[in-house]
Amino acid sequence: MPRVDPSTPEGARAALTTMWTIRRFEEALEDLYSRGLLHGTNHLSIGQEAVAVGVCGALEEGDLITSTHRGHGHCLAHGADPMRMMAELLGRVDGYCRGRGGSMHIADVDAGNLGANGIVAGSMTIAAGAALSMRMQGRDAVVVCFFGDGAANEGSFHEALNLAGVWGLPVLFLCENNQYGMSMSQDSSTAGGSVAARGAAYGIEGRRIDGNDLDAVHAAAAEAVAGVRAGGGPALLEAVTYRYRGHSKSDRNLYRTLDEIESWRNERDPVDRFEAAAVASGRLTAEDVDAVRAEARDLLRDAVQRAVRSPEPTVDDLDGAAYAGRSTAAVA
Amino acid sequence: MAEVMSTSRAINAAMRVAMAEDPRVFLAGEDIGVYGGAFGVTDGLLGEFGAERVRDTPISEDVIVGMAVGAAITGMRPVIEMQFSDFVVNAMDPLVNQAAKLHFMYGGNVTVPMVLRLPGGGGTGAAEQHSQSLEAWFAHVPGLKVVAPSTPQDAHDLLLASINDPDPVVLVEHKLLYKAEGPVEVRGSLAEVDAAFAGTVPRRTGGDLTIVSYSRGCAVALDAAEALAADGVEATVLDLRSLRPLDLGPVIASVTATGRLLVTHEAPGPVGVGAEVVAGVVGSEAFDHLLVPPVRVTGRDNPMPYAPGLERATIPQVEDVVAAARRLMAEDD
Repeated sequence: MPRVDPSTPEGARAALTTMWTIRRFEEALEDLYSRGLLHGTNHLSIGQEAVAVGVCGALEEGDLITSTHRGHGHCLAHGADPMRMMAELLGRVDGYCRGRGGSMHIADVDAGNLGANGIVAGSMTIAAGAALSMRMQGRDAVVVCFFGDGAANEGSFHEALNLAGVWGLPVLFLCENNQYGMSMSQDSSTAGGSVAARGAAYGIEGRRIDGNDLDAVHAAAAEAVAGVRAGGGPALLEAVTYRYRGHSKSDRNLYRTLDEIESWRNERDPVDRFEAAAVASGRLTAEDVDAVRAEARDLLRDAVQRAVRSPEPTVDDLDGAAYAGRSTAAVA
Repeated sequence: MAEVMSTSRAINAAMRVAMAEDPRVFLAGEDIGVYGGAFGVTDGLLGEFGAERVRDTPISEDVIVGMAVGAAITGMRPVIEMQFSDFVVNAMDPLVNQAAKLHFMYGGNVTVPMVLRLPGGGGTGAAEQHSQSLEAWFAHVPGLKVVAPSTPQDAHDLLLASINDPDPVVLVEHKLLYKAEGPVEVRGSLAEVDAAFAGTVPRRTGGDLTIVSYSRGCAVALDAAEALAADGVEATVLDLRSLRPLDLGPVIASVTATGRLLVTHEAPGPVGVGAEVVAGVVGSEAFDHLLVPPVRVTGRDNPMPYAPGLERATIPQVEDVVAAARRLMAEDD
């Protein structure tokens, strides 16, 4: 059973709650950053919530994900605790990485999140290895490898798809195509114009889907995951979406127009669209929607309040921390 | 019972012990299956353990190492062969940004128990892109461990210890050592050699001079020490075995006694292992006992050339070490 099936009233409510949780989480980061309470940088996924929620909702207990530098949504949709994520971004000991990793490196292996990754396409070869590992251990798990449109031009993309193809590995490569690799549009960076079409070169069926339609993302992901789990080998989905905010804090939006941003926000917003679809189909009432919004707001408010109370790590926490085993030589 | 075998057989035997004992251990690399590896190190293992655990890979070093990282963090124990150590340059992201970082970066959430075997070094006429000694790069990265055996027994033991280690280990194998023979006691299990990982050990003792090396450099140092002994100069030869962590205690103790330090390795000198050893000794209590400034005898500071004479001139030879040692002995007279 998928963990979240948005075709049911309960599933629709759960999916909408997670979408709002992601959006409120990202907005809370913006707020903290603007008040000087958050250092470093971060990459926000506002506008892309349907991809994370639709895909992770189609997974089962024991399935694994790998994520990207824009990974807050993937982590939350795969079950991360917003308080521990917020604590990580604030650099506190209760963060998922004890404050060592920050925004780009949330990992929660016990919950099946093998980690967000700051290197574009860095997690793609790791996902292939995790999929091999699942098969060698006889585990019935699927690995979902989230990556961006920019990653499709890294050598790692091609090596990972090729290896997964020749070895028939149980991995779903999920391209979250927000149409820009930092400032480079997909048109100007990607020969052939399609990530999905590249699957054919590796014997992998690739499909392009509307990444801002939660129901469509969920249905496509569920079908792809079922095929992978049944032993059909790897699959590739390209979910077309859009990021409203800049790439990171240095972005002045010089490479696209305000009109373009506004048209996506006003006409194709994934949260608005799912609320409308869920109400129209009778899965949710207008009151349900209001309640979910309030719930997500309260959840995040509580998460921030608890996270800021978490202590900062001390330097002695770093001693020997780069190694799981002995980090000094044995002296006879 | 020890038996005489080559380094490549000793490594092969270690893989067999580990794979027979632990189902999580598997091998992957280019042409390691039916071909037996470019240097024959994995010969016979495909027939014994099957293609699922002795995995021939595409020529894709990035995904070979990245795949190992993904397998290691999810419960497997991959042992990877780079066909030539030079090719690991194509896999620096998964090695340096991923394998070395994940345990620390994810707050201890994961461990990365993988072994990367790197056949390196010159002397085979393979020229610039198949002859490098890159170990200093990896020894510079927190999160990696780097070991460099000089004997068949150590190659056997250090591979077993590396497989049994929870961290990513780079195993530096000099190609010219593969055929070198020595007594090897084949271990019965992985745990048997855990404690062998891996301090500096003496290969020869003498009171006049301390020569420090690792990997194939130890053979050069030992031959030089024998030549010096004919002149009445007795050298201690120390084998570092592990470059990260680096065990300088025995080096400091020896130099305190001899007052003279010579470090030799095949890799180029600048910013290398020899520099680290010298800095460690000079910064220690041995400083007051130094009779002369320490000296390094390293690979010539150029890429490895093809022509035999040029290749030979780029690799430290026994006579180079002997000459440097004689200068060291003469300086304080």
